This record gives sequence, C-alpha cells and structure tokens, in this order.
Amino acid sequence: MLDAAVAFGRVLRGAGLRAGTDRLVEFARAMDELDASRRDDVYWAGRVTLVSRPEDLEVYDRAFELFWEAGGGAKPRPRPKIRFSVPQPDNSVMPPKKTVEESESGEDAVKLRYSPVEILRRKDFALYSQEEFAELQRLLADLRLSGALRRSRRLEPAARGRHDPRRTLRGAMQTGGEAVRHRFRRTRVQPRRVVLLCDVSGSMAPYSRALLRFMHASVAGSPSARLEAFSIGTRLTRITRELATRDPDRALRQASGAVKDISGGTRLGDAIKEFVDRWGQRGMARGAVVVVFSDGWDRGDVDVLAEQMQRISRLAYRVIWVNPLKSAPGYKPLAAGMAAALPHVDVFLSGHNFESLEELARAVAAATQRDR
Amino acid sequence: MSEAPNGRRGALPPGVSHSRDLGERLREEDYLAEEGLATAIFLALKLGRPLFLEGEAGVGKTEVAKVLSRILETPLIRLQCYEGIDVYQAVYEWDYARQLLHIRAAEAFGGEDRERVERDLYSREFLVSRPLLQALEHHGLMPPVLLIDEVDRSDDEFEAFLLEILSDFAVTIPELGTVKAERPPVAILTSNRTREVHDALKRRCLYHYIEHPSFEREVEIVRLRVPDAEEGLARQVAAATEKMRAMDLYKPPGVAETLDWTEALVALGTRELDERVVEATLGSVLKYREDQQRAANAGLAGLVGGVGGSAS
Repeated sequence: MLDAAVAFGRVLRGAGLRAGTDRLVEFARAMDELDASRRDDVYWAGRVTLVSRPEDLEVYDRAFELFWEAGGGAKPRPRPKIRFSVPQPDNSVMPPKKTVEESESGEDAVKLRYSPVEILRRKDFALYSQEEFAELQRLLADLRLSGALRRSRRLEPAARGRHDPRRTLRGAMQTGGEAVRHRFRRTRVQPRRVVLLCDVSGSMAPYSRALLRFMHASVAGSPSARLEAFSIGTRLTRITRELATRDPDRALRQASGAVKDISGGTRLGDAIKEFVDRWGQRGMARGAVVVVFSDGWDRGDVDVLAEQMQRISRLAYRVIWVNPLKSAPGYKPLAAGMAAALPHVDVFLSGHNFESLEELARAVAAATQRDR
Repeated sequence: MSEAPNGRRGALPPGVSHSRDLGERLREEDYLAEEGLATAIFLALKLGRPLFLEGEAGVGKTEVAKVLSRILETPLIRLQCYEGIDVYQAVYEWDYARQLLHIRAAEAFGGEDRERVERDLYSREFLVSRPLLQALEHHGLMPPVLLIDEVDRSDDEFEAFLLEILSDFAVTIPELGTVKAERPPVAILTSNRTREVHDALKRRCLYHYIEHPSFEREVEIVRLRVPDAEEGLARQVAAATEKMRAMDLYKPPGVAETLDWTEALVALGTRELDERVVEATLGSVLKYREDQQRAANAGLAGLVGGVGGSAS
C-alpha cells in the first residue's frame, strides 16, 4: 500500500501539490482502513489526508484522475507518465536569470555601483535599467512595511492597567502571603494587518515589476500573517505564499507562476469584488490597511469598482491607493475606474519611484487621523 | 497497520466497522453526511486523528461534533476560539480568590511552614480546568469529543500551542507536572477561513472541506430537521436557496439559513411558498441589506417558481 501511496505522491508533486512523507504514510494508513480497490474510497482517503486547502482540490482531482487511470489503488507501482508542465515565468515581471552575472561582469554595473543612490531613489521605475533593478533590491531590503498599531486582545504585564491576580499572588508568596505589590497588565498593541493588491495588467507593466519586488521585500520581511499580497489581472491571485520565499528571484518566479494573467487586461472591479468576497469580508480586510497599486484602468463595469471600494472602505482601517501615473505633471484622475474609486480612498499616492514607496511605508504605519 | 488492531486507539461507535455504517449512524441522529464527510469522520475516529473541517458559515461544521458526541455517548467539550485566547482561558487557571483565602487561613491557624502552604497553594485543589484540560483529564470508556471551534479566530501563538496539544494530547502545568490523556479525545477543529490557519496545524489533522449540499440532499436535511415542513415546501425552500447561492451574494445562505427559513415559514403556517411570504421572511435567510435588495431586484417570484427544483 505504501508503494501505491508513494506513486501517488509523485503524481501529486508533479501537479504542484506538496505531499510530504508524513502525509503519504497517513494516506496509506487510511487506505488500509478502507477498500483500496474502490475508487471512491481511495479518492476520499487521499483527499482527507493529502489536501489541506480548498484551492488545492482542483489539482488533487486532476492528479487523482491520472493516478487512477494509471491503475493506482490496489495495483502496486503504477507509473504515471504524464507530467504537468510548470508555467514559464514572464519576462515582463522578472529579469532573466542571468541578470546577476551580467551585471557583475559588465561595465555598466561598475558605473552603477558608484551612481548616487539619491538619483536612483527619485528615478521613475519605468526608466530603470536591468542593473538598476538589482540595485533597487538592495534599497528595498531596508524598507519595512508595517501597519499602524492597533490594540490586541492579548494582555501583557505593565506598570499600570488591569489588575493581574496571577502575578500578584506569585509576588505575595515572597512576602508571606501578603499582596504588598500589586501587579497589572494591559492590552498589548500590535501592528495591523496590511493587504497589498497589485494590478499586473498591461497598462501597469512598466511598474508592476518594481512593485512586485517591493511586495516581495515587504512580505519576506514581515512577521507571519501580518501581510497579505494579491495580484490583480483579469482575475485575482493570492501570492502571499509564493512571495514568502527569501530569495527574490525565486519568489518572483513562483509568483508569476501562480499569476496566470500577467499583462493582460484588468477587470479591476471584479477582481476587487473577489477579494472582498473570498478574503476581505471574512476577516482579512477587517481593521487592516489595504493598499491598491493600480492606474485605475478598468475594462469592466466601473460601478462595480465603486461599490466594491466602498465595501473595502467600510471594512478596512485605511485604504491607500497607489497610482504611478499620479506623478505626471498635471495628472487628473481621468481613468473612469480611478475617478470611481477615489471617493472611497483615504490616501492617494504615486508609487512611481523608490522615494514614493518610502512615503507609502510612512502612510501605512501612520497613526490614526480618522478613526473608524 | 493502524496502531492498535484491537481498536483501543480508535474510538468507533459500537457496531460501526465501515464508513458507510457510520453514515447510517449519523443519519439516525438526524445528520446527513455526504460520502466524503462520512469517510473523513470514520478515518478520524479509526486512526485517532484530529479532524479539521473547513467550509462556508452554516454548512454544519460545528454540528458534526455535536452529533458525534451523541453517537459515541460521550460528553462534548467545546472550546470557542477568539482573538487573544491563551493558555489560561483554554487549559487551566489558578483560583486566586481561594488561594488568597487559603493563605489567610493558614496564617490564622498558625501555619508557619511556608513551604507547605506554598505547595498546597499550587495543588490540584486550586486549579480550575478549562476545556482542553477537561478533555485530557476525562475518564471513561469512550474519549470525549473535543470541539475546537473557529480556530481561525485565534492567533499564531495559540495555534502553535494547539499544535503541541494535538500531537501529544498532553499538557504540562509547571507547578503540577504533565497531564496526559488516557485516550486521545476525538478532536474536531473548525474554521471559517477568515485567515489561513498554519500548515503545520493542518498537517496534524485529517482535512475536509464541507460544500453546500446538493438539492436532493438539502431537501432531505430540511425534512429531517424540520419534520413539520411538508415535502412540497421543503423542495421549494431548497430550490429557492439554491437559486440564491447562484446569485452572487455577499453571504450565500448555508444549510443553517435554509433551516432557519423553513422554521420561520412553518411557524407562519406556510404550506406553499409565494412571493408575499418570501418577502416577509427574507430576513431569516439573507442577512445583508444588499443581498436582500439583489434578490428583490432579481425578482422574488423567480425564487418561488420551479417547484421540483430544476437545478441541482
């Protein structure tokens, strides 16, 4: 039975589903309790032990189909031949892998190393060269994104606040049972969750590469679960997990593997609706700082966008919209989507260069001006 | 291959040796489980593993634990999670008021032996058991059912702690020592997915995602749970909720809402759905103003039509 389980594990891994040995052993044990020659039993034994997110169900179903067709289950050692192809990364988001070598050997790199950081900080991302992106990586490492503070429900020891009977009594033991010193505790403050939604459609292409790097630096540098990242194209993709890898190139490769619609058209309203429906309303956006990176070009219905932005603004602590086009002299929010969204946005920033990202980091961390 | 062939580890109810038997038993207790869920529960009992249930609100996750405790004839111990929950609310707490009284009493009766007083103070007598400790300390033929409800509402620190408890079914109280469960409780964890629960915790568990039931199944559930509802009404209600689920609402109705709605209808003496009574009772099934409006715009009459439940 373990053989079959291991074979199935191989099919699953080929399909992109992580199934560790512990889970495979569990799968084999589950099969022992059921009828391994019955399709449904094998299906459920695997689903219950090997899948742990609804997003993976589709992949599981496909992989199971392959496995079963190949004679999985009762028969030992099925050898599935079909492999899933891994989507190739898109050049518009990531530099080709060679960048690093190039920049190290090439003359440009030497020039760049001495180029004043100040200039780079103000340079528009759209005008960045390959080498400057590498430099950006270094700058980003120092940029920390952390949300404004909010009160947690957890308590911590403090000099004054609520009475803490547990510690008071402990102290009393040293003074012969007399509570000479009373101890206190108070609610802990902790940073709010930050949700980043990045438009990766065609019109944002000059900026999405830098912005995705920024998102990676933020996610990788943030303590768990405090930061969530999504990409918006024709549909919404959650890329928090993919971006959590320390190595930026790998993270971006994984992320663009997950994002299937990079540089396509945007249906901004629909994607944001999906975010609110699936994640935001259930808790992710509640009390959070929500940042949308987009130029506001929406191929879908603008009314949908307005309605959804209103929903977000009711859930979130603060809504920040970052539009790289805003930096252009004489910019007016003419894109219909932008105009529709603006009334529901608390802070409107540009985000076209590094300096503006620093501004964003300050805005995200900013304390209340307007409590909701 | 399961650890104890004699079934000492597994906690199957008597007379159940197959997942389909379990499905039957669940049905006898008025819980209709799809095959996947029945299999998941069966395996959780048989392998002695916690079961992690996810799904939309109102699909009957919590209900699973309640039914199991009835079938296994064992107490249900429930831990409702919330943000900031910690060990002192989930496992144990010292009874400070009584401890202080004890100190005073020891003083009054001339107890000069300080060490003894201190030892007494942190003994079992002054310990208040919270749900997790209760579950571990349970003595009985069958292990209790431990429901850890809405894990997604707790935070990382608590999750890490749960992970520890769910792997060893033991907890260490510094002043007293380690308490280990005689038999691991039947642990059911639920999540509404307000956030992603950590992988490590899920890996400790068997996982099942509960979907909305199919039309026929939902009719059956309504008939079973609201016996006063007539077959025709049950079918109409199930058909209407199914249409609502396809309507792109903020909160599509779950089975819980279907049942609430049917109960409201029965209470009003409804025998057949019509537009007027739907409008009057819409609040028991759709709980957002926008959703009610959307349903109204789509035409409430449309919800009433198609008695047989055309879609499924």
